[in-house]
Amino acid sequence: MRLSYPSNIKVIQVPCSGRVDILHLLKAIEDGADGVYIAGCLEGECHFLTGNLKARRRVNYVKKVLSELGIEPERVEMYNLSAGEGPRFVEIAKEMTERIQALGPSPVNLKRAA
Amino acid sequence: MSDLKSGSNLEKVLRAGHFAFTGECGPPKGANVEHLKEKVAHLKGMVDAVNVTDNQTAVVRMSSWAASTIMLQEGVEPNFQMVCRDRNRLAMMSDILGVSAMGIRNMLCLSGDHQRFGNHPQSKNVYDIDSMQLIALAKKMRDEGTFMNDEEIDVPPRLFIGAAANPFAEPYEFRPFRLAKKAEAGADFIQTQCIYNMERFREFMKRVVDMGVHEKCYILAGVTPMKSVGMAKYMSKMVPGMDVPDELIQRLQGAGKGKVAEEGIQFALEQIQEFQEMEGVAGVHLMAIEWEHRVPEIAERAGVLPRPQV
Amino acid sequence: MIVADRKPLTEILEMIDDCDNVLIIGCKGCVTVCNVGGAKEVGILASALKIARKKEGRTLEVGERTIERQCDPEYIELVKNEVGSYDAVISMACGVGPQFLSNAYPDQRFFPAVNTTFFGGAVQHGIWEERCAGCGQCIIHYFDGMCPIARCSKSLLNGPCGGSAGGKCEISKEVDCIWDLIVRKKMENGRLEDLLSVRPPKSWDTARDGGPRRSVREELVQ
Repeated sequence: MRLSYPSNIKVIQVPCSGRVDILHLLKAIEDGADGVYIAGCLEGECHFLTGNLKARRRVNYVKKVLSELGIEPERVEMYNLSAGEGPRFVEIAKEMTERIQALGPSPVNLKRAA
Repeated sequence: MSDLKSGSNLEKVLRAGHFAFTGECGPPKGANVEHLKEKVAHLKGMVDAVNVTDNQTAVVRMSSWAASTIMLQEGVEPNFQMVCRDRNRLAMMSDILGVSAMGIRNMLCLSGDHQRFGNHPQSKNVYDIDSMQLIALAKKMRDEGTFMNDEEIDVPPRLFIGAAANPFAEPYEFRPFRLAKKAEAGADFIQTQCIYNMERFREFMKRVVDMGVHEKCYILAGVTPMKSVGMAKYMSKMVPGMDVPDELIQRLQGAGKGKVAEEGIQFALEQIQEFQEMEGVAGVHLMAIEWEHRVPEIAERAGVLPRPQV
Repeated sequence: MIVADRKPLTEILEMIDDCDNVLIIGCKGCVTVCNVGGAKEVGILASALKIARKKEGRTLEVGERTIERQCDPEYIELVKNEVGSYDAVISMACGVGPQFLSNAYPDQRFFPAVNTTFFGGAVQHGIWEERCAGCGQCIIHYFDGMCPIARCSKSLLNGPCGGSAGGKCEISKEVDCIWDLIVRKKMENGRLEDLLSVRPPKSWDTARDGGPRRSVREELVQ
């Protein structure tokens, strides 16, 4: 299966979505990412039991921080899919890209450009 | 009757063995004396004393002692309420002396609703002492003639001391004990929360009588006529410690359009009749909320008129 | 421990509005344990503030530092070379921290980043509850290990009041009626007797009502 996903997405591999910290997500936004999402395993199927559930809570925390700062919380998202679902991975990548394109550049970048 | 504790009309009525009948009146949300006098006029001659609420449900109103004084001038005996939420022990003692000096002779000691649901939820509450300790404080001032710190009082207050009891708050098993504790603290009379669940109230009174508490203080059963189905549902769901059985709500619903209030009064009358015969119950406390003008009719139909002259 | 909550970011941003660089100082004591003001939260706050400033097109330099305790001059001393190099300093400790810092470095401005709430503990991961009111005269042994001063909304010593329903307090379904718990435990353990006599008024002179308090241990004073 050689599926292609949007090239603007930079994939960072981690052993488990539970490894992703609040600060990783925030730093991505701080450093100029227009959006950031976590692709974790299906809920209930985490090899470490609750890694993906923790990841979801952290995503929600960051959404709250962004809202407080007047930045669209939709720029951060949590997705769950199994490792075997290549087409689903592509679908999510496209979906997220479309969402961010609709939102436009992050306000963090806008001012810098101006 | 020189051994009277306060000489209040309520005390005399109860001492003489009459079935007491008390009313309630909330002071105005302002300095509207005329409105207060109007409400009080409906109650004159209909009840033995009228409770004057103290920032009830933590909503600011004219002070209970001031409204009590106006009531007294109108020829109606007040039952001055005091809550522990808004005063520390200094303010309590000075108000006790103050009301006694003004000729007020009944005082009801309450914890007070928490300010969270009132109209100033940002306020700081006091709760220096609780309602039990307030009862004991009033008794100490009256009977021992001393302040809380044992300093002597020059002319102690004369007050008939009351307290509240809620048979429908949990834990149910403890409620008769808490009532007994209020009697031990010094309550001369008790007024209960509005009663709708007669079954549970009968059980409660049976335990109270078994414990002999009714011989230590007079117990007045609380009655509030339901004005509408909405009021019944609201009380059932929204008011903590209120027990409104479904059968009562159904009965009100079954009354048909325009007849619910009459059905509510009918239920109240049935209650009053049963309380008159119930062992340990010395009277009824009628809390006709914003329905003062209906009190004469209810009193008349309940057969409690004319009120005894003692 | 002392429990706190982080202030809204907008409030913190307002405090530092005229600053181009700030130092955030965390504390490894209570606020680290309740996940509000330790090294990690310092990092998160630093990033959030920088994002906010970038959005406005302004830059903000943020220094990050976390010390053992902010309630001890010994550790406050350790930041002496840093505090002067910033426009202002944000403390993520309880209310004690910014005061000790202000006292030690009178030329600098110190802003609190947290709202200190209560003395309590974690009843489950992520949920803390109040347990002590610091009244200066502990009486929990009368109530089978439960404090009605801190845990009853009306601090009743002769509860429960008429607002107790379903084991909950009248103020909120989220709040246990501590008097319901006390009565039930006394009943279960056959000690109801303890609750049958009137408990006298409490003396509040050891509490905050007696004025700001001070504790002196002669054997330690040098």
